[in-house]
Amino acid sequence: MNPPIHRNPITAVESPAVGVTIDGLTKNFGTFQALKNVSFTVEPGEIFVLMGPSGSGKSVLLKHIVGLEAATAGRVLINGQDATAEHTLERIRIALVFQAGALFNSLSVYDNLALYPREHRFGDEATIRDKVMRALQILSLENSAQKFPSELSGGMRKRVAIARALVMEPQLMLYDEPTSELDPVMSATISEIIATLKDEYHVTTIVVSHDRELALGIADRVGILMGGELVFLGPPASLRQPADPRIADFFHPRIDLKNPRFKTLET
Amino acid sequence: MKQFTHFLEGFGSAVQLLFQSARFVGTLPRQRARFIDQCYLIGYTTLPIVAILCFFMGSVLALQSGYSMENFGAKQFIGSLVGLSFARELGPVIVAILVAGRVGSAITAELASMKVYQEVDALVTMNIPPARILVLPRLAAVLVMMPVLAIIGNLIGWFGGAVVCKYVESIAIEPEAYFSALRRYMKFKDVGTGLMKAEIFGFVVVLICCSIGLNTRGGPREIGASVTKAVVVSLISILVLDYFVTKALM
Repeated sequence: MNPPIHRNPITAVESPAVGVTIDGLTKNFGTFQALKNVSFTVEPGEIFVLMGPSGSGKSVLLKHIVGLEAATAGRVLINGQDATAEHTLERIRIALVFQAGALFNSLSVYDNLALYPREHRFGDEATIRDKVMRALQILSLENSAQKFPSELSGGMRKRVAIARALVMEPQLMLYDEPTSELDPVMSATISEIIATLKDEYHVTTIVVSHDRELALGIADRVGILMGGELVFLGPPASLRQPADPRIADFFHPRIDLKNPRFKTLET
Repeated sequence: MKQFTHFLEGFGSAVQLLFQSARFVGTLPRQRARFIDQCYLIGYTTLPIVAILCFFMGSVLALQSGYSMENFGAKQFIGSLVGLSFARELGPVIVAILVAGRVGSAITAELASMKVYQEVDALVTMNIPPARILVLPRLAAVLVMMPVLAIIGNLIGWFGGAVVCKYVESIAIEPEAYFSALRRYMKFKDVGTGLMKAEIFGFVVVLICCSIGLNTRGGPREIGASVTKAVVVSLISILVLDYFVTKALM
């Protein structure tokens, strides 16, 4: 079967969507094992949501996909190319939306978005301006172009980070906790944006999140990491009645004041 | 042993950064705006403090040498002493120390903050090498501005010495005599050696500060630790290099 066709949200140029293969990925930080032989595949054009408790290795895995971390063992392949190879980022456009936005604080919103096309010489300033304004319009940010990141709310910073990623015309979008620290309305808006990019443009998407609503609402498939191990891989519907007690506890946590962990807190 | 390993790691990472930046020298014409910004920060903002410090260093040097040389009846050589000391040694060292404290600390703080708040990671994911846009313009700017700062520092230091020689009664040497002595024993090579030293010190300081900033790990607390480390390492490097460069250029 041919992969779905990715349509560039900015230029409408079409190209095959990309797939990601995680193959036996292991990462050690000293004696601590953050990832333990993790393997899965993200199909071209799908939304894959990676969940798990804090410290389970989700963000570390995301950093491996974009080449920010080197694996202790195993590998990450993007369209069959090693993610750590220098040419991969030149051939495949990958955008990562960081948890805190990672906007350049010394640049205005407009310049944050224009940095990538300027540095990679995507046409003259007028062409770049069109791209940037189109991305800002998609995220309803056209009135904030001249503001600086310090003047924006948390939700706006996330939207600017997504707009900056869009200007890169990505074939693969990675989101690190896109709805954390946001109110429910803004969380829903961000979820809609992620789903729209997938539905209309077939951007392959990997989302790292704690957000159960987001996972059940937009994911094609969900992976759950616990203690660096992949303990679940499947469609979100299977998570409504999980058989594994660890996953059930993660999805439907019960507060039991007689639990030993509360006793520890009392002392 | 652990500290020696850290030293080697730091040295290796600075050399690696230098080679990474050198790969992008061809992009400098496209980075005019960043280069000019850095010239302004390194040159213009450091100038007032260079002027004040060099003026008073020149004055103190003239005062001290006037006091000592009077015993030998050699007051007429104060101009030569201040001139040569500033051109060959004090000018480049003072300017480099000020650049380390004023500019180097700011560079490390900015890059460390960008690293801690993932702005550097964002650049890497955008396939924009940090060495190209964060390090190269700074290295190029310091190469241009250091000789300028050193020349201005020398002139102001010499002038400070002349003011003391004229107005301090126990010395009382006219500016004409002071500058005549300064010119008599000064060769072009002396000034050239000083400028060469300033160039080397400034380049090394900025490279060290960029490298330490970009290698910052952890949270906001580490930004302060990196700044302290960058300034201390820069100052030590200036003084250690000073001996070897002076010996090499003699």
